[in-house]
Amino acid sequence: MTVPRAEQQLPVSVSSSQVIYDALKACGVEIISALPETWLVHLIRMAEDDPDVQLVRLAKEEEGVGISAGAHLAGVKSAMLMQNHGFLASINGIVGLAHLYKIPLLMIISYRGEFGEPDPWQTQGGGITLPVLDALQIPWVVLDEPEHVAQRIAKAQTLANAALKPVALLLTRDLMWED
Amino acid sequence: MQRYAALKAIYERLEDDNIVVVTIMGAVSAELQDIGHRPNFFYLQHAMGLASSMGLGIALARPELQVVVFDGDGSVLMNLGGLTTLARYRPPNLAHIVFDNESLVSVGGFPTATSTGSDLEGIAREAGVPRTATVEGIDAFVTAFDEALAADELTTLVAKVTTEGPAGYVTDLALIENRFQFSRHLKNLREQS
Ligand SMILES: Cc1ncc(C[n+]2csc(CCOP(=O)(O)OP(=O)(O)O)c2C)c(N)n1
Ligand SMILES: [Mg+2]
Repeated sequence: MTVPRAEQQLPVSVSSSQVIYDALKACGVEIISALPETWLVHLIRMAEDDPDVQLVRLAKEEEGVGISAGAHLAGVKSAMLMQNHGFLASINGIVGLAHLYKIPLLMIISYRGEFGEPDPWQTQGGGITLPVLDALQIPWVVLDEPEHVAQRIAKAQTLANAALKPVALLLTRDLMWED
Repeated sequence: MQRYAALKAIYERLEDDNIVVVTIMGAVSAELQDIGHRPNFFYLQHAMGLASSMGLGIALARPELQVVVFDGDGSVLMNLGGLTTLARYRPPNLAHIVFDNESLVSVGGFPTATSTGSDLEGIAREAGVPRTATVEGIDAFVTAFDEALAADELTTLVAKVTTEGPAGYVTDLALIENRFQFSRHLKNLREQS
C-alpha cells in the first residue's frame, strides 16, 4: 500500500508557498536549510525539486545557523526554514555565532500558536515568539498576505546584509493555511 | 599524543590557501593561534557544536575548497545530530577532525562521556559518515590526516589526545577581525579563480 504524501492531505497553501519560494529565489538564495513542519511542506518540496538550490535537511534547527554562517562567510546566500520552536532551539547558535560574529541570517519561521491556533501544544511557543525575538533584537515582520511577501522578504534580506544580523519573517496562518 | 604536537605536525598542510580551517573555541583555537594564525583559519569562539555545521555550510557553498574542521569531544557531543546531517550530504571536501581528550578541558577538565566508553568514531560511522578512523600516536595521526585530505570523501577522524591545554585562551586576534579577514580571504580566492 502506498501512503499518500502528507502534503496532499493538508490544506497548506501551495500558492502562498510558491510566492515565498519565488521570493527567496529572487533574493539569490542558493542554500536552504530546513526542519519540516506542516506549514513548510510545499516550500521544502520546492527546494528539493529545484536543481539550482541545495536543500539541507537538518536533525535540529540550530545546525542551520552554522550552515548559513559558513555559507555567508564563503559568499553564498542562504535561508532557513523552521517553526518557532525551531527558532527557540537555535538561540544559542544565534547568540554565540550569528550575533557574536555579525552574520546575517534569513530566518523564515512558521508562526504557530497565534490567533486561530487549534493545537494546544503550539500555544506556549506562540505566545513567547515575539518577546524572544525582541529580546534578541532580531528585526521581524509578519507575512500574512501574498501581495507583500516578495517585497518584505527582499527588504528583510537587505537589512540583514546591511546590519549583519539575523532577521525573521513570520509565516502566519492567514497566509499558509486554507481552511 | 598532545593536541599541540598533533597540530604542529600537520601545520604546513594548512598553509595551502585552498584549505579552509574551522576550529572550536578554547584550547584548540588558542593552540593553533600560538603555532601561527593564518587568514584561512576561523575560530568559532562560542556556539558549541556548530563548528562542524559551519564546515558543512562552507563545503557545500565552495566545493572547490578543502574544508578542515578541528572539533572536540565535548563539542561533538552537543551536536550528535549534526553528524547525521554531515553523513546525509557527505561533502567530499570536508575533513572532520575530532580531538578527543575525554574532557571539557577548556573549562577545567570535566570528563565527558568518551571517558566512560562512548565511541565518537562509532557514532559517526553508524550515522553514515563514509570514512572514519580513530588514531592515537602522532605518526598515525599525520598519515590519517593526509589520507583524509586525499580521499575525496567525507571523513571523521577521531584523534585521541591527552588532557592538556594552554595556559590562557584569550589571544590578540579580535573575533570580528578574524571573521572579516576570513570572509575576505574566501572572497579573494573566488575572484582569483
Ligand atoms: C552551550 C555552552 N555550554 C558550555 C560552554 C562552556 N565551554 C566552553 S569550552 C567547553 C568545553 C569544550 O569541550 P571540547 O569540545 O571537548 O574541547 P576541549 O576544551 O576539550 O578542547 C565548554 C563546556 C559553552 N561555551 N557553551
Ligand atoms: Mg575535549
